[in-house]
Amino acid sequence: MTRILKYVFIDILKNKIVVAYCLVLAMFSWVSFGLEDSTGKGILTVLNIVLLTVPLVSVLFSTIYIYNSNEFIELLASHPVKRQTIWLALFTGLSLSLSTAFVIGAGIPVMVFSEPGTAIMMTLAGVFLSVIFIAIAMLSSIYTRDKAKGIGVSLMLWLYFALLFDGIVLFLFFQFADYPIENVVVMLSALSPVDLCRILILLHLDISAMMGYTGAVFVKLFGTGTGLVLSFGLLSMWVMIPYYLSMRKFINKDL
Amino acid sequence: MIEIRNISKKFGKLQVLDDLQLQLDRGECIALIGPNGCGKTTLIKIILGMVMPDSGDIWFDGRSIRKDIDYRKHIGYMPQIGRYPENMTIGQVIDMIRHIRKSDAGRIDDSLYRDYEIEAFLHKKMRTLSGGTTQKISATLAFLFDPEVLILDEPTAGLDPLAAEILKDKIIKARGEGKLILITSHLLSELDDLVTQIVFMQEGRLVLHKDKASLQALTGQSSIARSIVHLLKSGV
Repeated sequence: MTRILKYVFIDILKNKIVVAYCLVLAMFSWVSFGLEDSTGKGILTVLNIVLLTVPLVSVLFSTIYIYNSNEFIELLASHPVKRQTIWLALFTGLSLSLSTAFVIGAGIPVMVFSEPGTAIMMTLAGVFLSVIFIAIAMLSSIYTRDKAKGIGVSLMLWLYFALLFDGIVLFLFFQFADYPIENVVVMLSALSPVDLCRILILLHLDISAMMGYTGAVFVKLFGTGTGLVLSFGLLSMWVMIPYYLSMRKFINKDL
Repeated sequence: MIEIRNISKKFGKLQVLDDLQLQLDRGECIALIGPNGCGKTTLIKIILGMVMPDSGDIWFDGRSIRKDIDYRKHIGYMPQIGRYPENMTIGQVIDMIRHIRKSDAGRIDDSLYRDYEIEAFLHKKMRTLSGGTTQKISATLAFLFDPEVLILDEPTAGLDPLAAEILKDKIIKARGEGKLILITSHLLSELDDLVTQIVFMQEGRLVLHKDKASLQALTGQSSIARSIVHLLKSGV
């Protein structure tokens, strides 16, 4: 496993995209903290950038990377290497490199400017988002043989999670405002990792007014402590379920 | 040594392999022949575990290959079209494969590595290589770990005459060492001095599996190519 991981990791690092991603994140973060007059506002700006760009870059880069690794996978599969090992090495390699880029790019400025608790939560959320969208990318690239279609599916998923989802929840809320649907809304928020991350950070910042609708209900229902545990649990599920499904498909795939 | 038990495989609606049964024994050099699309490469990929059969099983040395993947330590595989990570150099690819196979003893057979003078191109990226050079790398990797079984899919296609000759000598030498060699090829003429058995497939089914001598006795022809043509004309 570590032997294959080494080659995957080196290969990704040689790809300049990850370095560029890290630099762009760093630039945005330092600039937003520098320009906003209070740390709170700075954090919110960074949060919004993170919630949009991290999933996008993770999902796109990983989808394309998996398709481009076809030869690599084929080469290893004819040697005594388990399919599970190949898949896990690809997943770990992508996760390590994209998370590292995030921690260096956005994690460091957040640590410098804001209080430690918020900074840790923010970094954790970013790492989770990266890993979750890598898992989603692996799932969509294993289920579609065609590269263009696979990238399309990944982009649609990103669009849905990052932009459409909160809109749909809000729409439902207005449509069914006469009914007690708070619980349903909270259940729905578990269906989007981006919303979960937003809730996670805002729970910590304690500005529920700026949380979006799902976040406000979440706090009301669970309070801060339980909310944290629950959202971390759900985020972990978001990593494990897509990854597990993609691996099951990969094990039986004809190369 | 390799037992193919009732393998069937469909790609969509196309039945590529249809209830195929075959027994491949140690010390034989077996030619796998048949028209394009008769399932030769699919069969090879199933033996290697790269394609999953719909039904049936492969047994390697008395063990089902579904159970564990260690049997692949004993196989050297040369694909028809070698596909390698484009950004890696030849040196990195060879190092990586050696690294991955490290655990199983240090028997390294680098005679092809030397004969093809691969040292001179070690720094070249895989994407810049010509088809022939890629084939040389594939051949080198297949023989590198001195495996007991060699599976060569169209080994001489794309190689220049000199390189093809080197490879044929290597195959004959490996046959002498009692290895099982499975070759697919469309160049029947060049199989004559290599193989000891013929497997002929058509539309995913086994048509015949005989040794060279009895095939020639059956058809009264002197070469494999003529025997096969004779068989096809007379309608097996």
